[in-house]
Amino acid sequence: MINKVSRRIYLALIAIFMYAPIITLIVLSFNKSKSRAKWGGFTLKWYAGLFENETIMAALRNTLLIATLSAVIATVIGTAACIAINAMKKKGRTLWMGVTNIPMLNAEIVTGISLMLIFIVLGIKFGFMTILIAHITFNIPYVILSVMPRMKTLNPSTFEAALDLGASHSYAFFKVVLPDIFPGVVSGFLMAFTMSIDDFVITHFTKGAGVDTLSTKIYSEVRKGIKPEMYALSAIIFVTILILLILVNKTPKKDVAK
Amino acid sequence: MKKVMALLLVTVMGLSLLSGCGDSGKGKNGRVVVYNWGEYIDPETLEMFEDEYGIEVVYDEYETNELMYPKVSAGATKYDVICPSDYMVQKMISEDLLREINFENVPNAKKNIGAQYWEQSEQFDPGNKYSVPYCWGTVGILYNTKMVNDTVDSWDILWNTNYAGQILMQDSVRDLFMVGLKRDGYSANTLNPAELEQVRDELIAQKPLVQAYVIDAVRDKMIGNEAAIGVIYSGEAIYTQRENPDLEYVIPKEGTNIWIDNWVIPKNSENPENAELFINFMCRPDIALMNFDYITYSTPNDAARELIEDEDIKNSEIAFPDLSKYQGLETFDYLGQEGDELYAGYYKEVKSAN
Repeated sequence: MINKVSRRIYLALIAIFMYAPIITLIVLSFNKSKSRAKWGGFTLKWYAGLFENETIMAALRNTLLIATLSAVIATVIGTAACIAINAMKKKGRTLWMGVTNIPMLNAEIVTGISLMLIFIVLGIKFGFMTILIAHITFNIPYVILSVMPRMKTLNPSTFEAALDLGASHSYAFFKVVLPDIFPGVVSGFLMAFTMSIDDFVITHFTKGAGVDTLSTKIYSEVRKGIKPEMYALSAIIFVTILILLILVNKTPKKDVAK
Repeated sequence: MKKVMALLLVTVMGLSLLSGCGDSGKGKNGRVVVYNWGEYIDPETLEMFEDEYGIEVVYDEYETNELMYPKVSAGATKYDVICPSDYMVQKMISEDLLREINFENVPNAKKNIGAQYWEQSEQFDPGNKYSVPYCWGTVGILYNTKMVNDTVDSWDILWNTNYAGQILMQDSVRDLFMVGLKRDGYSANTLNPAELEQVRDELIAQKPLVQAYVIDAVRDKMIGNEAAIGVIYSGEAIYTQRENPDLEYVIPKEGTNIWIDNWVIPKNSENPENAELFINFMCRPDIALMNFDYITYSTPNDAARELIEDEDIKNSEIAFPDLSKYQGLETFDYLGQEGDELYAGYYKEVKSAN
């Protein structure tokens, strides 16, 4: 009995710690007063103001565009790298897995400043492109990390059988290999996408003047106090993800691999 | 695979087209790249500048001097106008990162900005060659008149045991030590270990009285009556008073830190003439007034102050204290790496003491 109660309490505590901050933020996004200490009444003006605020909308556009592009490109490159690494001999494989793992363990600020320096050396103009390149760079290891385990479970004979039956290399890859590793590719893509949306440090050092993502935009507001429009935006993002998750879990799972 | 590559190429080309568009358009007379604190300008003034001069403003923001500095010193982006604080101006001058301003092109600066601010600037920019004051303020005590019965005119109130658990201190090295140093009559830029050790011990002794060491939260906690006394920047004081009329701001009699954020032009600026036009525009009384209304931090622009219609704000002791009335006002100096480490060491001892 006590065991059961304490289990419930424990679960409730964990849930509170995880979701109380987000709920606070959502509540504050409806607060008429700008200060978090005062409840000035219910309002939707921050939501209205959000869509009229061009700099926030531009930052949102940049964030989504960079996250999508960098995740797609990193997934393609990362998957290709997995195929190559998988085909290597054991020694080479260990070496290259190590090489791709290091950037992940590396402190973000080191990656950020090194990228900034190399862009300067190469004379690349800082702007949207530099952020994109930087994000692709730090996303690739995450894709490799999630595709590689699937790759290892692959039976090489199926690919060879397809070749024997007259399939071209690329045809065999798309029809035989890709369906098998697809779950890994998808989770790699999602991981890259969230890492990119999350990132502040690397973006800060690789962005050019006048290009902002949400994280750099929000951070620059810290000194003067974060505007309630940002609460509204965060609330919308949270609710969108919640709905997406519910939809994903509701739809019956299809057997992708067959 | 070919299809994927083609798709990639198309997106990349489309993107470069998109980013190319930003460069043309408004900037028929070139552009000016501005790097400023977040939320530190009325966006409308930027549009007015673009319309008036046909110069495109590329606007970028940072959160602290320390985040701005490595980007500028590495030359990642070539900015034309930046707005660092006093000690950072000093550091950038000493590292030869700044360009002397040709004040013939910035007539509004000397005309409209009060003499007392130029005098204060001398401390970090001798000869006033590199910087033009933009915003300034003091650090002082904000207290709740309903919760505090003693007269508040000295830093001593922060050591008063009547207010145990009701006191908010600033959680940054220099601001925290400034309070103790000024209280004891020392310079806020001292490098004398004996003085710093004395202050460290007093700050440790004060710890049981302190509710929290915070930065931004002073504002909200004071508005919400969660604390009685707090150390705060004058710029926030006006806003908190508007939200909670019981709050009162005081510059302690022992003196305090006065900070000034300044327009400067970095050495690697590609459009220094446009930068000077921009700074001159920012010093125009009507523009300075718009920015003051938007930011609510004090403006050093005397001509703009004259234009303020609300007499209460125009004569506000918070926004525009008569600096000659106070003693011991100091801007922070850049202490060098050793100085920073010295302070950081004592700060750690204070924060980790029981």
